[in-house]
Amino acid sequence: MKKLLLLLAVLLVAVVAIASPLKVAFIYVGPVGDAGWTYAHDLGRQYVQNVFGNKVQVTYIESVPEGAEAITVLKSLASRGFNVIYTTSFSYMNQTFQVAKQFPKVIFENCSGYKTLPNMGDYFGRIYQAEFLTGLIAGAMTKDGKIGYVAAYPIPEVIRGIDAFTIGVRMVNPKATVQVVWVNSWYDPATEKEAAISLINAGCDVIKSETDSAAPLQAAEEHHVYAIGYNTDMIKFAPHYYLTSAVFNWGKFYVSDIKKIMNGTWKSQKYWGGLDDGVVGLAPITNNVPEQVKKLVKAMENELKDHKFRVFDGPIYDQNGKLKVAAGQTLSDQDLLSMDWFVEGVIGKIPK
Amino acid sequence: MSHDILTSTFAGAIRSGTPLLFATLGEILAERSGILNLGVEGMMLIGAFTGFAVSYTTSNLWLAVVAAMGAAAILASLHAFVSITLKVNQVVSGLALVFLGAGLSGFWGQRFVGIQSVSFVNVKIPLLAEIPFVGNILFNRDPLVYVGYVLAPFIWWYLYKTKYGMNLRAVGEAPGAADARGINVSLTRYIYTIMGGALAGLGGAYLSLAYTSMWVENMTAGRGWIAVVLVIFAIWDPLLAMLGAYLFGGISVLQFGLQVTQTPIPPNIMKMFPYLFTVLVMLFTSSEKMKKRFGAPSALGVPYSREEKT
Repeated sequence: MKKLLLLLAVLLVAVVAIASPLKVAFIYVGPVGDAGWTYAHDLGRQYVQNVFGNKVQVTYIESVPEGAEAITVLKSLASRGFNVIYTTSFSYMNQTFQVAKQFPKVIFENCSGYKTLPNMGDYFGRIYQAEFLTGLIAGAMTKDGKIGYVAAYPIPEVIRGIDAFTIGVRMVNPKATVQVVWVNSWYDPATEKEAAISLINAGCDVIKSETDSAAPLQAAEEHHVYAIGYNTDMIKFAPHYYLTSAVFNWGKFYVSDIKKIMNGTWKSQKYWGGLDDGVVGLAPITNNVPEQVKKLVKAMENELKDHKFRVFDGPIYDQNGKLKVAAGQTLSDQDLLSMDWFVEGVIGKIPK
Repeated sequence: MSHDILTSTFAGAIRSGTPLLFATLGEILAERSGILNLGVEGMMLIGAFTGFAVSYTTSNLWLAVVAAMGAAAILASLHAFVSITLKVNQVVSGLALVFLGAGLSGFWGQRFVGIQSVSFVNVKIPLLAEIPFVGNILFNRDPLVYVGYVLAPFIWWYLYKTKYGMNLRAVGEAPGAADARGINVSLTRYIYTIMGGALAGLGGAYLSLAYTSMWVENMTAGRGWIAVVLVIFAIWDPLLAMLGAYLFGGISVLQFGLQVTQTPIPPNIMKMFPYLFTVLVMLFTSSEKMKKRFGAPSALGVPYSREEKT
């Protein structure tokens, strides 16, 4: 009898252990209401919840300051039994690294960082591939061959996006130029709009935004020039002049990552997925864009997905006409991660 | 080309100066009565959020403006109560207002993110808009810009040419003397602190109803703090505040004009100038003699208690 009870108890514990959901936490650098970076990650979190239902228990903490506060938050989550913790900004890399060492049984993933541990991986999306595709569209849609680019800060991630975009533009429109204006802020709708207006006044007839808010798209709509967005679909903000957006689909990564954790095949890695994994892509292209241009975009998207073509395949010249990548060569991931020069066709300076 | 840059910079200066102007005028009213309210940023955020929420749900822009001013006024009345009636430190209470405004607007505003609402459009004023060069820049604007044109001179007139304005200044300069003359110091301070909040709310509403027709958290991006600086820059004078607001606004726009024309002046240096000038103004007005004429209201930040009669 005693043995039977014991067996029952063991079974019960086992059942509870199997049925207890995987506890997943997300740390956000901004508010979910930023309509940009953090919002895109939160869409990913919601996707995880929808896909796994009650097999996961998902939570998030928004606007977590960098530094000591982040460490406190991470430690408290880890000691409260969370199995997986996603820290969704580069600025948490060192804190994540430090806490991950103390909690070897918890899995940590840091977005856009580079430090790893056996229980800590990094992940990011090759948004530049999507930027390249939006460049093809911009190049086809400009009448005067002048495109304006509203950019946040001169860091490699942004410079890479501008270069990829410009390569796309010049592929369909070799004489077109891309004029860059730095806003020096991730987050100031009124100023971003002002930056877009200055580009429109200078004669640009397509506006590409890379900042977080949709204000540059509103400026384009008001001045009747075409608009391309970033991060998420922004069609509502320029209903008549919207073309598409380069978007992150973080949910694709989160779901495949969590699946690996659930079936025990997870390994720490530096993940940098692109169009092939669906982590980045385009928002639906509007009917402002002619059918044949859509076909071209589709074709190039497939080439990129199949790795038959890479955005930074040579020959590539820099702003001053100097050959940077010879024909037959391509830029390595290392080169891309430290990109600090503009390709031919970009008008604007990188402040040193 | 350079003509285009010039006109677009002037046009942008007025656009980006208008929210600063409203907030600065509001803070001038509060400080003239002796109440330092550092919570401008929080009140602007509440205004921007409330304005957007009301315009989105009712599509009535003027109702949205009134609601924005009302919501910010409520926040300001909190500051008034704490600093006038309870006589606590005004700096601390003002800072608390910043976080309160940011937190409440962010929390309530979550479901208004990522949507677009109606927006004020430009209204051409007949005849005036035909004036060469300046006509189109000054008189083909949205209605709130015109409100700014009228409000600054009106407040100036009110401050310096009416009895009520004189009472207001008396309360800020010498509350004891004002009290002796039968002016209700507490009531006066309440009224102008709350009116100042309403104007900060109007400044915030300009951002979400005219400048852009959207709401995102913290969309004021520090403009409330610029307004606090502008009050000093303008030496508490509404007309100088107008000049300062459009100047600060113009410089933030000029940085893009310079980038577009490839002018080698770093935008960071440009952005620094107004603040440098503000520091110079503070130095200039720091001597005893100058302070009397141009300095801060003497009782600024000092709670008033009637002296015990013996």
